[in-house]
Amino acid sequence: MGNLIYLKNVVTLELDREKCTGCGMCLVVCPHEVLVMNDGHARIEERDACMECGACAQNCPTEAITVQAGVGCAAAVINSALGRQGSCCC
Amino acid sequence: MKKPSIKPVESIAFPMVTLPPGEENGMRPADVHQPFIIGLEQTVIGEIPRVSSTLSGSDRWGTVKARWGVGRMHYMVDPGLYALGNPDENSPVLVTANYKMSFDRLRKALPGRDAWILVLNTGGINVWCAAGKGTFGTQELVRRIEFCNLSRVVKHRRLVLPQLSAPGVAAHKVKKFSGFKVVYGPIRAEDLPSFLESGMKATPGMRIKTFPFRERLALVPVELVEALKFYLFILPVLLFLGGLGGPGGFWYNVIHSGFFAAVAVLSAIVAGTVLTPVLLPWLPGRPFALKGAWVGGLTAAALVAFLWPVSQTAGKLMEAAGWCLLALAVAAYLGMNFTGASTYTSLSGVKKEMRWAVPMEIGAAAIGLGLWITSRFVF
Repeated sequence: MGNLIYLKNVVTLELDREKCTGCGMCLVVCPHEVLVMNDGHARIEERDACMECGACAQNCPTEAITVQAGVGCAAAVINSALGRQGSCCC
Repeated sequence: MKKPSIKPVESIAFPMVTLPPGEENGMRPADVHQPFIIGLEQTVIGEIPRVSSTLSGSDRWGTVKARWGVGRMHYMVDPGLYALGNPDENSPVLVTANYKMSFDRLRKALPGRDAWILVLNTGGINVWCAAGKGTFGTQELVRRIEFCNLSRVVKHRRLVLPQLSAPGVAAHKVKKFSGFKVVYGPIRAEDLPSFLESGMKATPGMRIKTFPFRERLALVPVELVEALKFYLFILPVLLFLGGLGGPGGFWYNVIHSGFFAAVAVLSAIVAGTVLTPVLLPWLPGRPFALKGAWVGGLTAAALVAFLWPVSQTAGKLMEAAGWCLLALAVAAYLGMNFTGASTYTSLSGVKKEMRWAVPMEIGAAAIGLGLWITSRFVF
């Protein structure tokens, strides 16, 4: 199948190396192998493969990873722009 | 059954929030009269409903209906604790959402196994979407563990969660508040047997979310049905507008022009909801609206090739240009809409795409409609 990549250079994913303890949880939970372990710390390797699901940030015990997590859904964006409640179809 | 003691919410350090849908009067145990319950497991805390890993005809039909958009927003099981097979105090605890398809897929993947299934109240939403929304979350998990008295049912302190619940669950917080350690299992339920056999070790392949043809195809029916529902409203409008102006009387025009536009838009809808997902990796461009536009363009070209008006009057050419643009706009919009069902689009990317795609779709549709209506009065 190969890696499906969406748009390049858009994601808000950031990693603070100072805060990272190298626990590896972010690598476990990421569904697109965005991060790798490097020299005892995590590192963002495939930034453009990130879908901003927020799993890494949610599971980082030291808050070293931040991302503006959200659902990449055009309908949700439209609904919230129109001020509708329940922005998602689900 | 002895009523389980529940710690007050404040003592587990979460702010008071309203209870999830269906539990306005407080959490309650899963109803043992649900149709898929095959028996009762006796435990120290009372009777726990038992389920099997064999899906019934009714379970399978439910999945089919959900895939076609029938009742899928109310396709739920009761949240709570269930026994799969004959689990004991050492059996693994597997956590899932109360969307019935999630529940069914989990138990179906574990034939011959004994396990506890802890179902969270996600309002009937599947694991990944619920995690993104926060309803498959740390708070619900901790409260559910508490309410179901899990610490008395099993001796160990491990929970197996689907990897895709991670956006909503902070594993370190669950440990802190419940004493249970979260182990993230594979993405696909089908990989659970190997995962459990190997002592809860996941291979890299188990942790990558792919988007293969079969999965993309499974998403088509619900998108198509949604679009067709909308189409039923605009169909009479198109037919009526087609009747106005043009050569011949009203009904002649409805049949010759209105019908034609209706076919063009319907083709764009079918192409947009079927071809874009199916051909996704091979359609040019990264933005989904662009992929949809390609499909729309192909559809318009096919329509032109097969149904090009015999008389090439200015009116007829304008008409054709009109519904070509409409088809393009509709297919691009439907393609863009598919971002919500895909597995790799980021919110930042979708917003960036929409900044140019939405104005273009509106523009193309407006010009297309304008040309088409004008052509009614130009022969």
